[in-house]
Amino acid sequence: MSGMAMAPPVRGRLALRLSQFRELGLVASLLALVLATAAVNPRFLSPLGIRDILLDVSVIALVAIGETLALLMRQVDLSVSSILGIAAYGAGAVFVAFPGLPIPVVMLLGVAAGAVLGAMNGLLIAYGRVPSLVATLGTLYVFRGADYAWVKGGQINAINLPPTFRHFANAAILGVPVMVLLVIIVTIGFGYYLRHYPGGREYYAVGSNEEAARLAGINVERRLMRGFMLSGAIAGLAGVLFLARFGTADATAGAGMELRVVAAAVVGGVAITGGVGTVQGAALGALLLGVISNALVVLRVPAFWQQTIEGALLLVAISLDILLARHTLWLMRARHRNG
Amino acid sequence: MIDPPPLLAVQDVRKSFGSVIALRGVDLALHAGEAHALLGENGAGKSTLVRILAGVHRPDSGVVLVNGAPVVFHGPADSQAAGIAVIYQEPTLFHDLSITENVLMGRAPRRSFGRIDHAAARRIASALFGELGVKLDPERKVRGLSIAAQQLVEIAKALSNAARVLIMDEPTAALTGEETAHLFEVVRRLRARGVAVLFITHRLEEAFAECQRFTILRDGALVESGPRGAFTPQDVVRRMVGRSLDQLYPARTAHAGRVVLRARGLTRHGVYRDIGFDLHAGEILGFAGLVGAGRSEVMRGIFGIDPRDGGSVEVEGQIVPPGDPQAAMRTGIAMVPEDRRLQGLVMNLSIMRNATLAVPGRVRRGPFVSAAREQGVTQRWTERLRLKTQRLTDPVAVLSGGNQQKVVLAKWLATAPHVLIIDEPTRGVDVGAKAELHQMIAELAQAGLAVLMVSSDLPELLGMADRILVMREGRLAGACDGASASEESVMWLATGQQAALPGLAMGAA
Repeated sequence: MSGMAMAPPVRGRLALRLSQFRELGLVASLLALVLATAAVNPRFLSPLGIRDILLDVSVIALVAIGETLALLMRQVDLSVSSILGIAAYGAGAVFVAFPGLPIPVVMLLGVAAGAVLGAMNGLLIAYGRVPSLVATLGTLYVFRGADYAWVKGGQINAINLPPTFRHFANAAILGVPVMVLLVIIVTIGFGYYLRHYPGGREYYAVGSNEEAARLAGINVERRLMRGFMLSGAIAGLAGVLFLARFGTADATAGAGMELRVVAAAVVGGVAITGGVGTVQGAALGALLLGVISNALVVLRVPAFWQQTIEGALLLVAISLDILLARHTLWLMRARHRNG
Repeated sequence: MIDPPPLLAVQDVRKSFGSVIALRGVDLALHAGEAHALLGENGAGKSTLVRILAGVHRPDSGVVLVNGAPVVFHGPADSQAAGIAVIYQEPTLFHDLSITENVLMGRAPRRSFGRIDHAAARRIASALFGELGVKLDPERKVRGLSIAAQQLVEIAKALSNAARVLIMDEPTAALTGEETAHLFEVVRRLRARGVAVLFITHRLEEAFAECQRFTILRDGALVESGPRGAFTPQDVVRRMVGRSLDQLYPARTAHAGRVVLRARGLTRHGVYRDIGFDLHAGEILGFAGLVGAGRSEVMRGIFGIDPRDGGSVEVEGQIVPPGDPQAAMRTGIAMVPEDRRLQGLVMNLSIMRNATLAVPGRVRRGPFVSAAREQGVTQRWTERLRLKTQRLTDPVAVLSGGNQQKVVLAKWLATAPHVLIIDEPTRGVDVGAKAELHQMIAELAQAGLAVLMVSSDLPELLGMADRILVMREGRLAGACDGASASEESVMWLATGQQAALPGLAMGAA
């Protein structure tokens, strides 16, 4: 007993460092990848190249933040891509009907629409007790189907959009695109909330041990409900950014993005088994995946290899996590057996 | 002068789960400054009563009273808000979170803008552990903590609530003598402050030393309640059991035959190490130890469900390869697992289908399953095991816990094993069915079957086993003879400590 209890403060700090190891590792692999690619093709590091990568990544990174909330609770939200699709087309339709609307108002509309769709997920999962994998797989198709029915083969084109919105995608403050800044702010905001607010900690508690969360007086259903509403709301906002970035949206906008989002979060250290991970990690994971796709293009790797390499990276990330967790547990056990 | 109403009371509380009646009309009153012992065998309904007081279960009928006023707890949060803190038998912690967060989840101190004050939280946690006299780094994660340390985190959690009623469901089962002494010191301080304590324990000496009032439950009913002075340890045991022990555990004469199973140096890194023993024909060999000592893991290793890192197992001279349950079955090992719902039964399938799952070859006619053969194979054992059921085609989900366990037994006995591994044979089984299961296991051993039995129910092990091996933290801590062992001598080996207070040994009567 005494051996295990005697963890000196230094060891505590080491343990803390271990948990940050993942994010440092991500940053390190990012740097290595960027430098290696730039050495082969210097144009990779041109301001325009960097800007493009960041803009591409920002939409996925944003959706990954919402996905992280679901994953932390040991759930998954597969419907995010369909919510994004509806919000993207919806935002375009709103702009066509009311070209004078300020951009923040349309963003809020996207958030609201996403929250409503997310609430449907939440109701199914929290109160209908449908496993989230099934519930959101269902709504993935339901939402996408509704999107098709609504759009009926139509398309929003850059021509139909008001000029202010067309310029929004290219706007920058001190050289950093406004869209990227927005995603960074949302990431930091949610990161802070998850770390420092009781409500934020509940996501970890629910995912770590649902039974213990209930016994601690946490309203698990309400937390699930809010988590899926937030995930939907963030996907709704991402839909508006998607429209800004690509200037076009039809009924297929964002289709198939859900698994890339889950992959980004998992590569970023969010455990699919719940209770572990940060939104910063998820955003970094999205950045790493985005940089890899771009690097592969710059390095002239045939396009069909790209998915294989991304998938392999995902497997490596998960295997590393499992090995690391096993090793840490083994170390801890060994320590208090000898102590 | 009128006495103040009890801080917490229940009146005529009843609760059943499906066909199992857990509580049949129980009264209990907890007074300020008083420690109240709730005593009874496993399955007597103590934990159900605790979960009703904690707001986890709602009683089917009867009332819960706080300060004399009836209340309805809609969930644990309501119970906590009423000033009730509960320490559960099995730690319910967040393994991915720090000790501090576990202690203060939902009650963390705040600073500006409603943010959690992490530094203050750490100080509170450190102070609580100081009060308990243990050194735990409040920053480390719970994952990897020993069960004893986890129990201490549970205790700190309950104390942090500034509760007016503290309910402890076997808090000392995993603690060393020193830790237990500290805990009781804290309990006495709380009582002096006017806290009411409900204390559930299997160690009678603790109840007599720390509690002023006793309530005894048996089979979900209140047997007797009164001040400590009205009881002697012998009374308590007699009332808890309600019959002499030889009725609960069948008398048998041990006749150790030849060695059937030989295990040497079994090791799984970080889980168990260097486990070796011989199991004889007709012998019941008990495995005792605290939760987490590695007993079930050794059984899983022998049967090949989990891999092993070292050691050998032989059955009747044949080597049992590691990590291959099919091969283990071929050498004649059968295993009734710890959790029958998750590991032993397919709840939606029929009794017949479940009972013949392990012998698919015997119920086949050509490429198809023959219902007639299924029935034949099933009936042979279900009749011997006195399974109570209307139809063998009913899903096992409708059976009571005891009858489900009989189906699992039937399934494995159909494989005609030489060795039966049985993990927690009577967990969640009512007392009547328990005695029947014990009788059957004894008969099987009498007929020459070698039985390895893991149980957390010490009286059960003492009553059934010819020999008891005790595990502590993954190692064999010692062995005792089933006839002469006492609950104390086993606990002494299991914890590596002298029991907190020397004295009365129960269950050996």
